[in-house]
Amino acid sequence: MGSKASTLAENQGESLTVDQALANLNQTADSSLRYYAAWWLGRFRVSTPVVIEALIGALGDEVDRAPDGGYPLRRNAARALGKLGDRQAVPPLIQCLTCPDYYVREAAAQALEQLGDPRAIQPLRSLLAGGVAAAVPVPGKPHLVQPYNAVLEALGSLGAREAVAEIQPFLDHEIAQVQNAAARALYQLTGDAAYGQQLVERLQAPNLQLRRSAMMDLGAIGYLPAAQPIAATLAENSLKLIALQGILETHLHRTGFPQGGLSSEARQVLALMDELL
Amino acid sequence: MVNLAELIEAVETADSKAAMVMAVRHLAAAQHPEAIPTLIAVLGYNNPGAAVAAVDGLVTLGRPAVPALLDQLDGYNYGARAWAIRALALIGDPLALPVLLETAAGDFALSVRRAAVRGLGNLNWEWLAADQVLPAQSQALQVLRQSTQDPEWVVRYAAVVGLETLALARLKSTNRATVEAIAHHLQAMLTAEETPAVQARAWLAFEVLRQL
Repeated sequence: MGSKASTLAENQGESLTVDQALANLNQTADSSLRYYAAWWLGRFRVSTPVVIEALIGALGDEVDRAPDGGYPLRRNAARALGKLGDRQAVPPLIQCLTCPDYYVREAAAQALEQLGDPRAIQPLRSLLAGGVAAAVPVPGKPHLVQPYNAVLEALGSLGAREAVAEIQPFLDHEIAQVQNAAARALYQLTGDAAYGQQLVERLQAPNLQLRRSAMMDLGAIGYLPAAQPIAATLAENSLKLIALQGILETHLHRTGFPQGGLSSEARQVLALMDELL
Repeated sequence: MVNLAELIEAVETADSKAAMVMAVRHLAAAQHPEAIPTLIAVLGYNNPGAAVAAVDGLVTLGRPAVPALLDQLDGYNYGARAWAIRALALIGDPLALPVLLETAAGDFALSVRRAAVRGLGNLNWEWLAADQVLPAQSQALQVLRQSTQDPEWVVRYAAVVGLETLALARLKSTNRATVEAIAHHLQAMLTAEETPAVQARAWLAFEVLRQL
C-alpha cells in the first residue's frame, strides 16, 4: 500500500530521512527545522526509542517562541507523541496540561486521548474545575480559558465514567462545539442514545462548520442510527464518507466481522456509501 | 415559462451562498441545453450546495452535456475538477473513458480519483460500437484493479464498487472469464485489505458475484 515513510515523504515534496529528521530535532540553531522535524516524525509514524526521547525532550523547549508567547515546538512534539503510541510520553504530556500556552494544553489533551492511558483522567478532569461558569473566553483570544473540546472528548474516549456529572453541565455551554463535545463524551460514557440524537439534530444546523463537526463526532463514536441522516445532510461527500466509515467500522467491530459475516445494518451503511462516491 | 436568460442571470448575480443554491436549482430544473456552460461554471465557485445542484442538472441533461464537460475540465481547480468528473461518472458516457482512465490512475487529489474510479464502473457500454466494448472494458478493468492498491481507502472502496458493476456488465456481454478473474481479485482482497470498510465492501461484492 506504499505506506513506507520514504515513499510518503517524496509525495509530500519534502524528502527527509529518519536520521535527518532526528538530527534536525536535536539541534537548536534553527527552530523552524526542529518544528518541521517534530511534525514529520509524527506524520510518518517513526516511533523508535531515540525519537520518543527526543520528542519528550522537545516538550520542555524554551527556545522556539511564538509572537503570542506560545511554544510552537512543544505543540508539534505533543501532537507527534499522540500519534506514536508510546506510553512513556504520558507523564510528560500530563505536565503539559498546565503549560501556560493554550495550544500546548490542547495538543497534550488530544495526544493523551490517543494514547488511551487512564492515568490522564484525573489531570484532564482538573481542567474542568469551576465548571461551565469558569469556561469563558480569554479576552482578545479566539479561544476559551481551557481546551474544553479536547478535554471532554478525551474523557469520553478514556472511559472516565467518574466524570459524567462534571461533563453533563457542558451540554448547556453557550458554544455549540462544546455542547457537541459533551454530548459525544456522554454517549461514549453512558451509551444513552439521547446524546447521539443530540448530535444527529446538529446535522440540520444552518452552519456548515457545525454540521461538519457533528458528522465527525458521530463517525468517531460510531452511532449507527446517524448513518442515514449523515448521508442526507448538506456537506461534502468526502466528509460524509469518512463519518460513515467510522460508523461502519465500529459496527463491524461489534458484530465480529469478518467471522460473523455482514449484518443487514452494515449492508445499509455500505449502500449509503456507494451513493456518495 | 420563465426566460432562460433570466435564470442564467439570476445565477450570475446571486449575492449570497443560499441565493446561489436556489438560482442554480431553478436553472437546473429548466433542463435546457443552453444552461450547460453556466452549470459547469458553477462547479468552480466553491459552494458545495450549488455544485450539487449543478451536477444534478448536468446529469439530468445527460449526454448533451458531455462534450462541454470534457472540454472545460479545470486542471487547476481540483474542487471544480472533482465535481465535473462526478458529473461525467454519473452520466456514464464512454466518451469520457480516456479522461476517467487518466484521472483514476494519476490525479493527485483523492476526491477526484474516487469519482473517476466510480465512473469507470458506471459506463453505459451499450453506447459504444459493438467491437469497441471489450477493448474499452479491458482498459477500465486494468485501471480498476490498480486502484484497489491506491494509498487512500476511499479510492480502494470505489474500485471495489467499480469492479462489481463491471463484472455485472461483463456478464451481459458473456465474457465469463473476466467475471471469474474479478471474483478472484475480490477474494484476494478479503485477506490482503487492511481497512475494514473496504474489506466489508469487497466481501459484499464477492458475495454478489458468487451468487450469480
